[in-house]
Amino acid sequence: MITLSINGQPKEFPGPLSVTHLVEALGLGGKRCAVERNGEIVPRSQFEVIELTDGDVLEIVVAVGGG
Amino acid sequence: MEHLVIAGTTYRSRLLVGTGKYRDFEQTRAAIDASGAEIVTVAIRRTNIGQNSGEPNLLDAVPLSEFTILPNTAGCYTAQDAVRTLRLARELLDGHDLVKLEVLGDSHTLYPNIVETISAAQTLVKDGFKVMVYTSDDPVIARQLEDIGCVAVMPLASLIGSGMGILNPWNLQVIVDNARVPVLVDAGVGTASDAAIAMELGCDGVLMNTAIAAARDPVLMASAMRKAVEAGRDAWLAGRMPKKPYVASPSSPTAGVISTSRNKAA
Repeated sequence: MITLSINGQPKEFPGPLSVTHLVEALGLGGKRCAVERNGEIVPRSQFEVIELTDGDVLEIVVAVGGG
Repeated sequence: MEHLVIAGTTYRSRLLVGTGKYRDFEQTRAAIDASGAEIVTVAIRRTNIGQNSGEPNLLDAVPLSEFTILPNTAGCYTAQDAVRTLRLARELLDGHDLVKLEVLGDSHTLYPNIVETISAAQTLVKDGFKVMVYTSDDPVIARQLEDIGCVAVMPLASLIGSGMGILNPWNLQVIVDNARVPVLVDAGVGTASDAAIAMELGCDGVLMNTAIAAARDPVLMASAMRKAVEAGRDAWLAGRMPKKPYVASPSSPTAGVISTSRNKAA
């Protein structure tokens, strides 16, 4: 088991996974979102490649209404 | 026809609008269409984990293919959070680098924290962003932000969401007169006349959200704002007549008026 912090909340996964798999597991597959991992932007082109490990801190954002 | 130019890109509309506080995305889109705005600002927020399936997406209603999406840092209170937010926004919007920086001082007034704003602007400009910056109506700060390399300076007319209109036209006038980049009033506009006054002062544009979204009929108000910005701009270009206090001047000829001599009655 690994634990990731996602938008400030701990979430457990059976093992290491790619950003693509995480995004799909969260129901965000195909949606426009941006990901930061441990303070660094994860380019969309790297979603397949980057493997998330225990303790990673992730921020996942979208555009919302605002002024 | 003269246009608004920001960071080398030309826009027909001088009205920029926000996307917050609308009933739904349908109303958001209808108001934006009525406003004629080409630049539309959006906030960047954490997605609700586990509550996303089927949730409508703002960028489906206001797509990048039709609008210049201007991500903002609304809600950020430090330079660090603002910079992080806009780096995420740039990734979210496929490398789009025109952004609205705002760093707030406190949640009660939403007044900008200028020290943090300047720090964030320096970092963002170095990082290649084209920064449109929300600021106070202080002419010295406006000039400093311009010197840092911000592509537009956006002083407040009054507090965000207050609808109090332009409280210090003299400061705005000084900022406009000294600026070499576009000056846009951002925040405080309440109704169409406020937008017209901003433009008559020589501002290059107006950015607003609540004045439209919180109107009883947002779509109609959006249309009113479009006309007000156009009318104010035209009035500024036309050059208003000088003000002549205590001196009346009739518009019609003074000669040839039919009348009984006033002296006869005496």
